[in-house]
Amino acid sequence: MAVITVLAVLCVIPFHMGLSRVDTATVFFISVILAVSYRLITTTGDWGFAHIIFQGVGAYAAALLGKHAGIPFIVMVPLAGLVTALVGAIVMYPMLRTKGFGFFITSFAFGELIRMIWVKVKDPFGGVGGIINIPMPELFGLKLFSLVNYYFACMVFMVVSVFIMWRIDRSRIANAWKAIHTDDMLAECMGVNVARYRTLAFTVGCFFAGIAGALVAYRLGSIDPHNFNINEMVYLVIWVVIGGAATFWGPLIGVTLLTVVFELSRELEEWRPMMFGGILIMFLIFLPGGIESLLPALRRPPSEHYARFRKWLTTLRPG
Amino acid sequence: MALLEVRNLSKNFGGLAAVSEFDLDVEEGEIRGIIGPNGAGKTTLFNVISGTLRPSGGSINFEGQSIAGKRPSAIAAMGAVRTFQRTALFEDFDTMGNVSIARHLHAKETIFGAILGTARKMELANERRAEEIIEFIGLGEVKHELAINLSHGHQRALNVAMALAAEPRLLMLDEPVAGMNPGETAVMTDIIRNLRKDWGITVILVEHDMRTVMDVCEQITVINFGRKLAEGTPDEIVSNDDVIEAYLGSEDILGEDF
Ligand SMILES: Nc1ncnc2c1ncn2[C@@H]1O[C@H](COP(=O)(O)OP(=O)(O)O)[C@@H](O)[C@H]1O
Ligand SMILES: [Mg+2]
Repeated sequence: MAVITVLAVLCVIPFHMGLSRVDTATVFFISVILAVSYRLITTTGDWGFAHIIFQGVGAYAAALLGKHAGIPFIVMVPLAGLVTALVGAIVMYPMLRTKGFGFFITSFAFGELIRMIWVKVKDPFGGVGGIINIPMPELFGLKLFSLVNYYFACMVFMVVSVFIMWRIDRSRIANAWKAIHTDDMLAECMGVNVARYRTLAFTVGCFFAGIAGALVAYRLGSIDPHNFNINEMVYLVIWVVIGGAATFWGPLIGVTLLTVVFELSRELEEWRPMMFGGILIMFLIFLPGGIESLLPALRRPPSEHYARFRKWLTTLRPG
Repeated sequence: MALLEVRNLSKNFGGLAAVSEFDLDVEEGEIRGIIGPNGAGKTTLFNVISGTLRPSGGSINFEGQSIAGKRPSAIAAMGAVRTFQRTALFEDFDTMGNVSIARHLHAKETIFGAILGTARKMELANERRAEEIIEFIGLGEVKHELAINLSHGHQRALNVAMALAAEPRLLMLDEPVAGMNPGETAVMTDIIRNLRKDWGITVILVEHDMRTVMDVCEQITVINFGRKLAEGTPDEIVSNDDVIEAYLGSEDILGEDF
């Protein structure tokens, strides 16, 4: 019910706000896909630092194929997802040997490698200048150049993507992912092929990152390596950490809230990095579970708080 | 041909031979006990058989097929499933959720099936089976309790329930009654007996607690410093001089003090 209300509101508002706001909302939809798909990968415990790069892979795929192969928008967006999923699966193979902090660092290294390829391999990636003149998206003869039309296209992709990821999150597969996060050794001994399931999560997450990337490429009309730099990755991490990664809705809360904060702080442009850094640090210290963790904490019976407290105490003891 | 055939197995950690030149034959339908002092290599033996660790040498055959060096999930899929000496649970899930996750091997779901929700019927069958196992292990009352909130005895029992959920032919239990009170121990001992009687599961029981082993196993293998020290019926084991010496100081090896 709440979902329907939100969608109805989203369908009406573009006609009642300025075009720059419409564009901001479009970016918001793309960010939602990105944040929810990033969180999907983290359910296995694999906190990587290359998701933005995979968005870039999707963007480059859409830019190059859309430009040179003339593939239409509606086909290109999912196709960019598939290309990114393939690249993700390949990159994941060596990364399976790592986990935790090792995974974080290795994914960062692979991400930089991909960025290096964009910069150094001028044909076809265009070096630091990137790719310009990406064709205007068109849908059944309808020009999506209009910001309002593109708003609706991105909204549909966002809704479908989020719905699919929500279905996956409620499935047995997602439970296997969460099991791997809690105790990969136990999961493996209970029959979960941990390597295969981590690869699956990473591949699915990359697929949606690629979709987000294609949507960005069509929105901008030109892309370069700069669009996918560390700053953007840090924002992505902030969204997910502040919203909370434990449940499906956490990242959505995070993106929504921070988009609003971002918009309200337009005058404070140069203070933003410090402000968001400060917010991140405050959350990591005082609310590591993110905003979503407040909700069940209020409902949780005291006995459970006690059990958690006791468990926490045991972690303080060595051995 | 024995269900499990271990030949000349060894596992070294640097210079330490945790298991060496170890032979073991477990017949279908057996309840085999493996005992030995702390640090003897019992858990390492399980780790190697279950695929958690790669063997340094030797062969392991399960149902005539080599399983040495395979992934634990592949070995579990063949029907050899182990539990851990430590209490190992998915603590964010309730009892039912833990058992349900452990039914992974019998609930194949594809990503497209997950999106379309086509697995409903299979999940219903799985749920029924999970409930059956939970009742069998005696966890019916705490079916919907979070695993982290269960008593120690219940958590240990849940470990066994999860291993059963994988539908093993060979179940390897690593000190299943560790930390249990006498009442809980008696219940678990009964369960282990019933596993074979009702479900036809072959069991290897690694135990520190001698009484349990003497109680339920007809064949016992004694391991010390990674090597096989003795093998035989409980009566043969208690009267074996080597065994008594290995547990030095405790002239009565049925005593509670080791
Ligand atoms: N992963 C490991 N790395 C190094 N040494 C180990 C490892 N696992 C076990 N050991 C050593 O191997 C020996 C056997 O240990 P273990 O198999 O746990 O004995 P048990 O289960 O019989 O008490 C011990 O000396 C232990 O310290
Ligand atoms: Mg042990």
